Amino acid sequence: MMDPRRNAPTLEPANAPAYTYGSITDKIASIVLSRPTTLGWVTGFGIAFVLLLVLFVAVSYLLVRGVGIWGINIPVGWGFAIVNFVWWIGIGHAGTLISSILLLLRQQWRTSINRFAEAMTLFAVSCAGLFPLLHLGRPWFFYWLVPYPNTMALWPQFRSPLVWDVFAVGTYMTVSFLFWFVGLIPDLATLRDRAKKKRAKIVYGILAMGWRGSAIHWHRYETAYLLLAGLATPLVVSVHTVVSFDFSIGIVPGWHSTIFPPYFVAGAIYSGFAMVMVLSIPLRAVYRLQDLITMRHLQNMAKVMLATGMIVGYGYLMEAFMAWFSGNTYETYMMQNRMAGPYAPLYWSLIVTNLVIPQALWFRKVRNSVPALFAVAISVNVGMWLERFIIVVTSLHRDFMPSAWSMYYPTIWDWATFAGSIGLFLFLLFLFIRFLPMISISEMRQILPTPQPENAP
Amino acid sequence: MIRTGLYGVMAEFKRPEDLVTAVRTVRSRGYRAMDAYTPFPIEGLADELGSHFNILPGIVLIGGILGALGGFFMQYYANVVALPLNIGGRPHNSWPAFIPVTFELTILVAALFAVLGMLALNGLPRPHHPVFNEPRFELATRNRFFLCVESRDPRFNRDAVRKVLEELGASGVYEIDYRG
Repeated sequence: MMDPRRNAPTLEPANAPAYTYGSITDKIASIVLSRPTTLGWVTGFGIAFVLLLVLFVAVSYLLVRGVGIWGINIPVGWGFAIVNFVWWIGIGHAGTLISSILLLLRQQWRTSINRFAEAMTLFAVSCAGLFPLLHLGRPWFFYWLVPYPNTMALWPQFRSPLVWDVFAVGTYMTVSFLFWFVGLIPDLATLRDRAKKKRAKIVYGILAMGWRGSAIHWHRYETAYLLLAGLATPLVVSVHTVVSFDFSIGIVPGWHSTIFPPYFVAGAIYSGFAMVMVLSIPLRAVYRLQDLITMRHLQNMAKVMLATGMIVGYGYLMEAFMAWFSGNTYETYMMQNRMAGPYAPLYWSLIVTNLVIPQALWFRKVRNSVPALFAVAISVNVGMWLERFIIVVTSLHRDFMPSAWSMYYPTIWDWATFAGSIGLFLFLLFLFIRFLPMISISEMRQILPTPQPENAP
Repeated sequence: MIRTGLYGVMAEFKRPEDLVTAVRTVRSRGYRAMDAYTPFPIEGLADELGSHFNILPGIVLIGGILGALGGFFMQYYANVVALPLNIGGRPHNSWPAFIPVTFELTILVAALFAVLGMLALNGLPRPHHPVFNEPRFELATRNRFFLCVESRDPRFNRDAVRKVLEELGASGVYEIDYRG
């Protein structure tokens, strides 16, 4: 017997009040338009703003003194900056996955979470983009990475994965923005028409670009949206693949491996879904969206995390296996050093937070408990950060010649920049939930059951 | 040119099914210049309105091809023509290393063409349009479905169109002027 709930629409009629086109519009739009700014929002925004100021201080000091304020030195030239870059950009991947791949697979449940997951992508990529630029040493020459005819008659070296990164991340940022903005246009028009205050009407009106919901416009709009989803799907896979090339093209032990691209992409989706979970659980509670972001959404995300987490686990296993199987001294030593060297506590924390704890998701009881899901999601975010730290630091700090070995310890400025980037992320997120609809209104209307009750408001 | 006079006659419907029926009926009476306005896309409605051909996929394909060629030859020019460097004895035109950037630029240009093409074909941004002159029209982005038969249709006759729309069970019929 097939579970009848399998084909149930996103809004489970059992626990959702019967929404109509009008009431769902009002519910989501009112969060932006008429809900007063609460003390909770101001407090959260204030904390984010303080962290953002920490970022400003850390970056200003960096510009004055140079990258020497960080713990990096030879042999560990890549420290927190690259760890944070890979971590943030990985988090972004879930947004694109939810908005494009699940759209192509006709997974209707994505509708409640795709808008803020896309926003999360955009903000995470903004945070990610900061780090390689700051790590350049002279960030004010960042535009030298872009090919343009210049008086120095120099061109970027296109055989280098670091230049590929510029194009991958730049394209990812642009396409994520386009996708998010195109999705927002009809909702901006809704806000324009629902806003009571003149200033809000003007601002939303400009952003909506005169959208009037013409059927012929909708037809082209849907084509464009579907094509963007089709383009973003290979893009999201390529971005983390290119990020993994930064490592795997090099011959450093522990990096030079063909498993890196798939294992990085799976890890990215894993951490991204964990972040969507971390954000959606408080959001649905604060804004009373439990009937739109239902338990089913959380359970589905938990299952995606379980699947991608297993791929990541396979990656860890294969790394260890290949280190032994290759018989290569440096690879074998790298693995021994990870498991028993000076960074071993971090390695084993990574295994626990990223591999052992998420196994709890096999149990239905855990998948049905919101606090448990929240705890697992936090654990995965910590674990994925540790994974990048282990990959970057343990491989570099003891590579080939023992005479060149050294330790890497982050300084207060490393931590300040990292905390500051979280501040930037939260700052943008708080602004987003205050000024833009965090759930796509037009897509919600589209998936409401038809026919609607006669004389619905 | 600032146009004045009647832009069209607009009917308001409460349910999408009624709008689709109305479009079919009005078209069967021979009217062609019309547009429907809905709070969410309704499958097949553009087709009912006589818009069968969508050029957008072609535009995106052209964008993708331009991005791929432009991306590859930009790298070829930079690393083969303008600044050839011997990197470990590899050929100047080491094309496999140029694939990632070529791929990214294919996606980038195709996506830009998709969005800008969609906006251009839709004539957006267009801050004002005669349909906004009707105060009820703000429900077109909430829960009402509108059909506007435009006066530029050669068969247009204000009273005949009004009558047809009223017979179709519209919950309101409004006359829209070019100027509010």
